[in-house]
Amino acid sequence: MTTETSTTDMATTAPVPAGTATAGADVSEPVERSTSGPLALSLGLAAVLALGATVALGLTLPATVEQGAYSRLIAIHPGVAWASYIAVAVTALASALWLWPRTRSARWDRTAGASAEIGVVFTALTLATGSIWGRPTWGVWWVWDARLTLSALMLALYLGYLALRRVPASPDARARRSAVTALLAVAVVPLNHFAVTWWRTLHQGRSLAQLDPGNDVDGAFIAAMLLGLLAMTLVYAWLLVHRVRVARLEDEAEDAMLALAIAERRREAAPA
Amino acid sequence: MWRDALLVAGKDLRIEARSRVATNQVAPFAVLVLVLFAFALDPDRGLLTRAAAGLFWVAVLFSALLAVQRAQTVESGEGTGDALRLSGLDPAGIFLGKAGAVVVQLFALELLLGAGVVVLYGVDPAGYAALGATAVAATLGLAAAGTLYGALATGSRGRETLLPLLLLPAVAPVLIAATRASEAALGIGGLDVAPGDWLALLGVFAVVYVAFGVVAFGPLMEEE
Amino acid sequence: MDAVVRLRSAVCLLGRFPALAGVDLVVARGETLLVAGANGAGKTTLLRALAGLVPVVAGEASVLGYDLRRDRRGVRCRVGVLGHGPALYDDLTVADNLRFWSRAGGAPAAVLSGALARFGLDGRLADVPAARLSAGQRRRTALAILVARAPELWLLDEPHAGLDAAGRNVLDDLVREVTAAGATVVLASHEPDRAAALASRTVLLAGGRITEAGPFPAGLVGEPPRAEPVHVA
Repeated sequence: MTTETSTTDMATTAPVPAGTATAGADVSEPVERSTSGPLALSLGLAAVLALGATVALGLTLPATVEQGAYSRLIAIHPGVAWASYIAVAVTALASALWLWPRTRSARWDRTAGASAEIGVVFTALTLATGSIWGRPTWGVWWVWDARLTLSALMLALYLGYLALRRVPASPDARARRSAVTALLAVAVVPLNHFAVTWWRTLHQGRSLAQLDPGNDVDGAFIAAMLLGLLAMTLVYAWLLVHRVRVARLEDEAEDAMLALAIAERRREAAPA
Repeated sequence: MWRDALLVAGKDLRIEARSRVATNQVAPFAVLVLVLFAFALDPDRGLLTRAAAGLFWVAVLFSALLAVQRAQTVESGEGTGDALRLSGLDPAGIFLGKAGAVVVQLFALELLLGAGVVVLYGVDPAGYAALGATAVAATLGLAAAGTLYGALATGSRGRETLLPLLLLPAVAPVLIAATRASEAALGIGGLDVAPGDWLALLGVFAVVYVAFGVVAFGPLMEEE
Repeated sequence: MDAVVRLRSAVCLLGRFPALAGVDLVVARGETLLVAGANGAGKTTLLRALAGLVPVVAGEASVLGYDLRRDRRGVRCRVGVLGHGPALYDDLTVADNLRFWSRAGGAPAAVLSGALARFGLDGRLADVPAARLSAGQRRRTALAILVARAPELWLLDEPHAGLDAAGRNVLDDLVREVTAAGATVVLASHEPDRAAALASRTVLLAGGRITEAGPFPAGLVGEPPRAEPVHVA
């Protein structure tokens, strides 16, 4: 994106700053208008296949004596929770990469934001499926189980993170602010974990740890769970690729606007 | 850094002493919260006494939100942000100073609320040393986290609602740990976990946030 | 040449709005430069960019030897900004405000009373909370803080606004005094009558660029600061 202003007499002396608004943005690459590509396409296909297989396997699981049909949630719930952890980890990693001066690039900021958005969805799904799963065991929709509580706190932390990202600011300021918040959120997760597990030591009822291990769960359950993990990971990756590309297209559109804005700004000087 | 911290803390405390917002608004609010809890929980069945530690720390948490917001409002005057950046003050010093001023105010509030819990909820004070240690560790963490999130939410429209959303989930461990440690000191409630562990958790929390603040406050002040 | 400010095609963004759209500007040591221009021309952004407060995102920018595109913090404690907002804590007295800001900048305590007296702020006014000051008195307090901080580059945004005749005279004397002592002053004003008399050179800012640069005073180039300020209308 350099000055292509042959049609106007503006913007002739100063080169328009390429990618100034998004430090390090690779805006010089040819602009693609779609968010799809070979990577997104193959990820999408794999995700759909894995998801279909998970559903198929999950629905064929036998109903257990204790939980009835609810036990089939093992195909969904652990995978969703796993994807939410991946999302949080990717957000933290991308934020750290943005903060590190040598690797600073708008790409990492976009990745962090995109991953957090998807992570919030997966965390909310974790809470929902966990609550549904717990219902027959606990008799109520919600108990103050350590893991559920931790997931709820994580959801609140990342909703705050996303709210902060939506606050209008210059791209650089927003990226910095968001990156610090994301790292803080990750630093808080272990503290929250200890606080919540100690808090519930005596009360910790049937958490996932007691539900899934292999003593009374046969191989089909473990296979369904692992397949679920794979499927949700693929879904996460697929969504991430698309979301990051959407964010990049947005940034590029705004950079293109910048060139126009500078030309417009200079035109103000012309006598009216 | 420490000289700047003292200068900023002294300035903030002087402003609070002059404006009396802390004494005229935050302190009455905190006591009011204690009274409201009594309305919400039947005072006759001993619920208040048993829940006193938790209610105390929830009241502290809400007051801390107000104190942090107040500390940010002080700097929101026209040109003040620019002047702070131009001042040559070390950003880490500014962070420590502002957090320090919040710590001092929260200590005063905790004394007041402690008296309120004793008088209104019928709590028998005990374990002063343990309570003191809990209060110090928890307050440092709250003030540091509050100041840091306050700076993160600063300069944005709608920060009044953003700050609680950012701060409250982050300080959940402080609420849990401080409540359990206080209960242990007062001899109420079960001792599932050794009180020392809760204190350690509070200490780690405070260290993490102070360290983050010292490092991150400078870049965050740059925001435009 | 002993240039205090050197901008080449400098671009500054406010959000996504290019407030400065390629500014070229050189200011020599000891100059009193007037930046004239209509509202919204970019004057305030230019001053804030020179102070290292607004990032310069494209072009070249160096102030007092600091490359603003790489390090805009170093320059800050060596410039003084008089902005639209006087940056006073409303609950603190005039003397408290002055004490805090000057101690923050490492100024010696001895200069404080002199700074107050110069702007007629000693005596009763020194103990009045800033909230109760008039606009002109707030302006005087802000100027007193600048005097105590003794910057090398003074960036004054509409400095005459809100001041009475006596205050304007004190300000004019101050500008002449500090430039004579080797400091540099950049004034921004949209009503340049008063400021032009004070300035050694005038440039016109419009649409985020310098559209008219007055004749560069040849005598200033390469010469040490002079005792007498120059007057160019």
